[in-house]
Amino acid sequence: MKNLLILIVFSTFFSFSADAQKFFTRDGHISFFSSTPIEDIQADNHQVSSILNAENGEIVFSVLMKGFEFEKALMEEHFNEKYVHSDEYPKTTFKGQINNWDEIDLKTDGVVEVLVSGILSMHGVEKEITQTGQLTIADGVVTEAISTFDIVPEEYDVKIPSIVRENIAEKVQVTVTMNYELYGK
Amino acid sequence: MENNTLFRFLLISLALLATTAMTAQDDLLDMLEGEEKETTNYTIATFKTTKVINGHSIETNAEGVLMFIVGHRFGRVSGGLNEFIGLDNATIRLGFEYGITDRLDIGIGRSSFEKTYDGFLKYKLLRQSSGAKTMPLTLTGLATTAIKSNKFQEPGRENYFTSRMYYSFSLLAARKFNKNFSMQLSPMLVHRNLVETLADQNDVFVVGLGARYKLSGSLAVNAEYHYIVPGGIESQLYGEDVRNALSLGVDIETGGHVFQIHLTNSRGMIEKLFATETTGSWLEGDFHIGFNITRVFTVYDKHKKKRKNG
Repeated sequence: MKNLLILIVFSTFFSFSADAQKFFTRDGHISFFSSTPIEDIQADNHQVSSILNAENGEIVFSVLMKGFEFEKALMEEHFNEKYVHSDEYPKTTFKGQINNWDEIDLKTDGVVEVLVSGILSMHGVEKEITQTGQLTIADGVVTEAISTFDIVPEEYDVKIPSIVRENIAEKVQVTVTMNYELYGK
Repeated sequence: MENNTLFRFLLISLALLATTAMTAQDDLLDMLEGEEKETTNYTIATFKTTKVINGHSIETNAEGVLMFIVGHRFGRVSGGLNEFIGLDNATIRLGFEYGITDRLDIGIGRSSFEKTYDGFLKYKLLRQSSGAKTMPLTLTGLATTAIKSNKFQEPGRENYFTSRMYYSFSLLAARKFNKNFSMQLSPMLVHRNLVETLADQNDVFVVGLGARYKLSGSLAVNAEYHYIVPGGIESQLYGEDVRNALSLGVDIETGGHVFQIHLTNSRGMIEKLFATETTGSWLEGDFHIGFNITRVFTVYDKHKKKRKNG
């Protein structure tokens, strides 16, 4: 019995220390692309921060909305001032879980497919989303996470005035590229 | 007994483990925000465009942006139906503005009134911001010059080119109080190389006050007033007293255009004209319908290089 007790204490302690591993970035890249017959609009944001918790496959993102850079300064102003209201909602966050994390072996280098689901919180609206992505593993570390998916601005209460309706796509393609480092290093 | 202790211990450690795991989960987003560096949030869109109505706003064109501006001021509404409430006549100004950097703007223009050429330099000295750096207001410096090119009134006497020249220097201070309301205070000095009489001063001090209130994303109302500090202007202009300029208007924004439609007692669209040569009286119906239309073109994309490199 005493042995079992010691084992439990030990294993609990051990599991804590192993849990500390997290992958982190504060200069991740998210871009979005809207394509209509009239014009293509692209915006890039290099101020995205993210943590992937190796303990349980939990993953979070935080995106500074004013960090999106557009080809035209006026588009950037309209985006922040009229569409996503960056002063009221400065950040978009995602908090989710890699569903197949248990199947992923960090000891094997390579690229693995993942399914991520969680809550995307943008412009004051929270929505549950599930998307696919890819993780690159090297030397026991997740070095890169990428994902491409569509967002419908309307679903986040982002209203596009009718006068520019023709210029902005109903579905906007979002590309996420995170280059992680081991947290705390 | 032994079993009981073990059971208790197990239960406690399990509970402990569960709560630790749970707090760790809840805190991941907080932890991320803790890791983020505090950024400076610069205020944008204090005014819709680089003009409040007649006068400049604190806004400048972004780097690489060229703006074309067409301004019209029709005749006086008091002209009545015979003059089609002034629409039979118009003075026009055509202008170009270009953002050399996000803070430095240059511009040129030509007004039909007295065939006047003008140019300006505009620089954002301070930018309203919150966050890592806090600044309560935006401060922009403005220097303008105007050259009248119509024929000299008295060709018989010796006339100098410098007599055609006018200058103005302003400090524009504005604050966006909330997402809808912005206000601007702009002390200005107008220098006139040649004045009518000895009683007139070459230097005239003017204080400008401007405000805008946004009604919706694409619609705003504006008001502007330029007060002439007494003592600078004594003589009449075309037989009328010089007055303070008061203008009221709306801004309507579409994709790349801003339409500004207004009522103003001033006929001119440059500093020396609206600040020191306004003669219309609002009370007698001597005000003008007018508009500015702006169109911006991105000549040079400063983010392009960065985008190519990923």
